[in-house]
Amino acid sequence: MVQSETYNYKVIKQFAIMTVIWGIVGMTVGVYIAAELAWPWLNFDIPYITFSRLRALHTNAVIFAFSGCALFATSYYVVQRTCHTKLFSNGLAAFTFWGWQLVILSAAITLPLGITQAKEYAELEWPIDLLITLVWVSYAIVFFGTIARRKTPHIYVANWFYGAFIITIAMLHIFNNLAIPVSLTKSYSAYAGVQDAMVQWWYGHNAVGFFLTAGFLGMMYYFVPKQTQRPVYSYRLSIVHFWALMFTYIWAGPHHLHYTALPEWTQSLGMAMSLILLAPSWGGMINGIMTLSGAWEKLRSDPILRFLIVSISFYGMSTFEGPMMAIKTVNSLSHYTDWTIGHVHSGALGWVAMISIGSLYYLIPRLFGRELYSLKLVEVHFWAATIGVVLYISAMWVSGIMQGLMWRAFNADGTLTYSFVESVQPMHPYYVTRFLGGVLFLSGMLVMAYNVWKTVTNTRTMAVADQIPIPALAH
Amino acid sequence: MFDNTLFFSPFWSVLIIFCTVGGIIGIFWLIGWMSKGHSKAELSANETVATMGHVWDETLEEYSNPLPRWWLGMFYVTLFWAIIYLILYPGLGAFTGFLKWSQVGQYEQEMKEAEVKYGPIYEQFQAESIEKLAQTEDALKIGHRLYMTYCTACHGSDARGVASQGFPNLRDDEWLWGGKPEEIEATIMNGRNPAEAPPVMIAWKDVIGGDEGVKNVAQYVISLNPKRVSEVAPAAAEKGQATFATCAGCHGPDGKGMQPLGAPNLTDDIWLYGGSKEQIETSVAAGRKGTMPAHGEFLGAAKVHLLAAYVYSLSHSGGNKPVPATPAQP
Repeated sequence: MVQSETYNYKVIKQFAIMTVIWGIVGMTVGVYIAAELAWPWLNFDIPYITFSRLRALHTNAVIFAFSGCALFATSYYVVQRTCHTKLFSNGLAAFTFWGWQLVILSAAITLPLGITQAKEYAELEWPIDLLITLVWVSYAIVFFGTIARRKTPHIYVANWFYGAFIITIAMLHIFNNLAIPVSLTKSYSAYAGVQDAMVQWWYGHNAVGFFLTAGFLGMMYYFVPKQTQRPVYSYRLSIVHFWALMFTYIWAGPHHLHYTALPEWTQSLGMAMSLILLAPSWGGMINGIMTLSGAWEKLRSDPILRFLIVSISFYGMSTFEGPMMAIKTVNSLSHYTDWTIGHVHSGALGWVAMISIGSLYYLIPRLFGRELYSLKLVEVHFWAATIGVVLYISAMWVSGIMQGLMWRAFNADGTLTYSFVESVQPMHPYYVTRFLGGVLFLSGMLVMAYNVWKTVTNTRTMAVADQIPIPALAH
Repeated sequence: MFDNTLFFSPFWSVLIIFCTVGGIIGIFWLIGWMSKGHSKAELSANETVATMGHVWDETLEEYSNPLPRWWLGMFYVTLFWAIIYLILYPGLGAFTGFLKWSQVGQYEQEMKEAEVKYGPIYEQFQAESIEKLAQTEDALKIGHRLYMTYCTACHGSDARGVASQGFPNLRDDEWLWGGKPEEIEATIMNGRNPAEAPPVMIAWKDVIGGDEGVKNVAQYVISLNPKRVSEVAPAAAEKGQATFATCAGCHGPDGKGMQPLGAPNLTDDIWLYGGSKEQIETSVAAGRKGTMPAHGEFLGAAKVHLLAAYVYSLSHSGGNKPVPATPAQP
């Protein structure tokens, strides 16, 4: 018997643990700025902790640090195990880990100092952008190199989504960050005026579409069938929704710029494509949820599966809400209001965070060869997270729609019924509710951190199944 | 039908049409391709559907279930809706759509409709004098609403301005550009100190002898207020008095200002940019320029007339007291 080779789990362990840590950091900043909106004196007139600076830190921390580490961890795990081969390069994989942590650290220093490109989700200045590019190219080499060395005849569906996410994010990151540097900490965008806005939202919406959607669909396609122990519902559906999603998402950006200086054809096309996007998005939801078909009773006993399935439900809900908000007439009410914030968080907390959390609870015991410390605490985490999201998004629906309606209310003489400040005042209770929702979600993460700590130090061990299967000679 | 002004060349327009139409056709083809090989009997019998025959990572398999029909129906509805939308509205490159819709057109249409609907409400007050309107409850109500929409950002919702930031208090009956009704109306209508004009209160530091000159003239300016004479060093103020000849061109030899120039009175307690020694020195050394933007073109004469009446009423209806009700007209 030949000693079989093992998968590279080291880099996955590192990314998995950092996912939990950055999740707590990013969400703590989020909770603090939510508190600043409810009680503005909390910025203590210190520039480094004003909403304007911490907000960018929050979005960068939860998107790139928390979600990014979750994507690195799961994609390295999934690509190895579904290609039946180890990572293409352990050295490059280690570089992606340390490089990515350095990116996050640089963001945590520069953003509070006010060093920013002033582009949403692309605030980091050019030297950090270059480092991101290096890390990302290494990531692509490791991922696609592993695919190329696969021992399986077909590429598993999860890898299509991870692959699409890696390629598209590379393209978006490079083009949106093209800039002329004037110093180490300052640069000017290569685009001017409305073109800059268009490139920014082409990037911005596809950060949602490819970073926060395609990548996590890859996660879904591995961890849901694994946890339910059932085959994926429909291969045909996965082909249609994959290609339709890839084609359609890339057009949707202009719906962020309705009724602006952006030419009408661009706006309308963005809106039409956003509507077409509904079915491809729901294709993913159906494939995820229907995989559970015939095994529904598992939801009752398995809180990890509940995280996964509830996250897919939130995915379905926000991908219905998104196309609706892209319709110009709806957008004219919802744009610039808290409704948008609520929409983003039903996707970010409900979908992205919850599917990552579910996947980590599956992953961590298997990576470390320790039994999960407490399923009861996963249950507690599940309810804290679910109630937290619901509080958050319902508060934002009410305050957002209220803002939209107040801003467009007219008196009989055609004057506005409310001045701006009169629409700010009634938001207070909803901002407090949103803060409480955030506190709940964050407490869930703290429970998770405790559970993960007790798991990796658990004395009840189990075998680590990291042996690469040897292809049978007969085949 | 085709408006090419947005494109450098027809190539880009054709490329956009090609990608959009080609993509939508591609989706139809994809659906057709993936729907093949499923009879109706199979559609209703999920349990018999086989897996694709591949296995990854020990357990991962895929069923080959047909595309759910309700989902497919929804997909077709959005696709056909998009096609119809792109025929009616701009979207396919330079093709502007059969409805000829444009957002500027929609804006102009809505503004025209609003003018028809609301115009007469404002015009009925236009013939009345501002003094009279400042006593008329209905007019003041509308004026107040206009004020809350257009003026609060600078002058504050209480109309007391923002102290030391250059936004004047409108309630104190002290006026930079004059407080007569027609002067207030002209200020709102045409603005004052347009943003594109050079500053009148320039940076004087280099003109009047550097920091020393600035300090001296500030001492003299403070001494103009009888209540503050004790604050100043007489020697410096005396030197500053000589320099003040330069200032007198606008602020007058007595420092009481000149309204036609918008030059403030320097002898009272009202300071646009603050009256402390440091603030006055900064104003002299670095200059000041505040702009009141013109609102005439934007709001129209009728609304400006009502706004002027409201602003006038703030200092002419018994100060800050509520506006008295207008007696019923016979």
